[in-house]
Amino acid sequence: METEQQLHVDLGNLMAFDPHHHFPSLPSSREDLVKECLDQGTKLVQAIADKLFNLPSTEDVDGPIVKLPPPTTRLPREKHLPKPKPPTKWELFAKARGIKKRKKDKIEYDEKTGTWKRHYGYDHANDDDNVPIIDAKMTDEPGEDPFAKRRSDKMKRVEKQEKNRVQNLKQAAKAGALPSHVQLAATALPITGTQAVAKKMTKHELGNVAGLAATATASGGKFDKKLPGEKPAKHKGKHRKFLPAVEGTGIGSQEKEQTDKVLNKLLSKNSHEILNVNKAINMYNVKKEKHRRNKPEKSSASSSKLKPKKKLQKKPLNKGSSKKGKTK
Amino acid sequence: MLKVKTPKKGKARRELNKRAPKLVETGKKTLILHGTKTSNVLNSVLTQIYHLKKGSAVKYSRKNADIRPFESGGETSLEFFSLKTDCSIFVFGCHSKKRPDNLVIGRTYDHHVYDLVEVGVENFKSMESFTYDRKLAPKVGSKPFIAFIGEGFENVEELKHLKEVLLDLLKEEVVENLNLAGIDRAIVCTAISSNRVLFTHCALRLRKSGTIVPRMEMVEVGPSMDLVVRRHRLPNESLRKEAMKTAKDHPKKKVKNVSQDSIDGKIGKVYIPNQKVGEMVLPNKSKGVKRERREGRRKNEGDDHASKRQKEDTE
Repeated sequence: METEQQLHVDLGNLMAFDPHHHFPSLPSSREDLVKECLDQGTKLVQAIADKLFNLPSTEDVDGPIVKLPPPTTRLPREKHLPKPKPPTKWELFAKARGIKKRKKDKIEYDEKTGTWKRHYGYDHANDDDNVPIIDAKMTDEPGEDPFAKRRSDKMKRVEKQEKNRVQNLKQAAKAGALPSHVQLAATALPITGTQAVAKKMTKHELGNVAGLAATATASGGKFDKKLPGEKPAKHKGKHRKFLPAVEGTGIGSQEKEQTDKVLNKLLSKNSHEILNVNKAINMYNVKKEKHRRNKPEKSSASSSKLKPKKKLQKKPLNKGSSKKGKTK
Repeated sequence: MLKVKTPKKGKARRELNKRAPKLVETGKKTLILHGTKTSNVLNSVLTQIYHLKKGSAVKYSRKNADIRPFESGGETSLEFFSLKTDCSIFVFGCHSKKRPDNLVIGRTYDHHVYDLVEVGVENFKSMESFTYDRKLAPKVGSKPFIAFIGEGFENVEELKHLKEVLLDLLKEEVVENLNLAGIDRAIVCTAISSNRVLFTHCALRLRKSGTIVPRMEMVEVGPSMDLVVRRHRLPNESLRKEAMKTAKDHPKKKVKNVSQDSIDGKIGKVYIPNQKVGEMVLPNKSKGVKRERREGRRKNEGDDHASKRQKEDTE
């Protein structure tokens, strides 16, 4: 009994482990060694059998069947735990609005034929697309085929649904919960449940990484051999330069020059936007109004000399009337 | 727009769903591979491991030059094969002057190498070299008893690791119900020294002992070999944590057509297809019952009269 307590028996795996056995002296010949091992093994196997045969069993045609306990030795998984599928856009919307799924009958009454038909699929009940005559409406555009319009509308709906489906699948792929039988064509890898979506590196990213790797030497990549077609590293040493902000001659004036340059460039680029036409018209109108308001005061206070002048100005405007007068 | 590829046939879909990650995993498959050079011994070791694991193993017979599990970059094609065959344990044999008869046993997690143990094979005795009563020979795919003997398996880190890997390799699928009549083999691993393990495969003979528990007797059937531990690589700690995760609650299968009633108790529904009485096949299918004949006879009654009479006359 004492020896049995020292054994670790894992009935789920039919495994026994004797952590205390120690060979006092290794047997010289191979046969003796194997024999001793087998003797020890038999003891362990007997220990497993003791527990196994004492489990409650049910008789079957092929022999007694026992229910094994789950294994106690923990072994690593083969693949990660399945990830939960993220909700689709509709599911999110339905949840926010409190929309519940309700079950529809598989068949419904078709009023046209007076029979019961499936509510979906070929030859389904109350099919809007399968009518011989469509009543004209006031809103109908002339020259438009209402049948073709219905068909194209349906096509559009189907396409939209497909688009939504792919979008939801993409979301699921991002969460790593793509159904195992679905493969998004952008990833050409063999399909399995565990394969993460491979991210393709762009040409630019590769170039950048290569540039970084090239500078990872003591000399910063200065004395390295260049490969054919290799571009020089993009960022060498300092990334930003700041000029002194204090004004002066030489380098001191460069900061101002630089800013001026930028400002000029911006101004010249957006010069057409400087003239706000609406604002200009408003201003012009306001000015005109002011001018008009000021005029009556001026006219009352003005000398008589101005009056005939005004008449002279008006004359060409009333040319027609003057002509009329002449003919009279 | 992004194209979605799905299998055309239901069988392909089912096959892919088998490969999907599961809440409760069923069993690991083993991939058996060769390196560039394999000795005679190693060839037979790999074949016999394949025989031990038959049913849940895939054996590749080609040479693989670019597989070096311990080196970085040498596991790429191994991981690809693991993905392709859906195997998560691999046994890779290669022979070199530095490491003769080398066997690398490793496991993968999510088709990436999880851990590795390298052992050398010595004193190999194949299945064919053992003579025993053929009636005792273990059946393919039966669940073996596994015995680990020796304090080395607890004290020495390499052996402890080897024990876990060997257990994962040798244990068959975890089952709930076991038929006691199907017990017919045992695998005994003994730690002889700090880096050497004696591995033997035995058949079991159940002898009567007077109690319910039969007396076990072991007959060595091979293969038998010494495994000398060389290099090993334990899993990354974070990866190990990730891989050891188990599902907390097992999903219950939905029970259909069974309901509970407070008065009647358990109620089951049984569906029977429509009885089409009109189309039912009659047990008596004699020629006289057939409709055409009867009708035909009625039609031609007048014409046939003479001939029929004649017949009657002859009779």
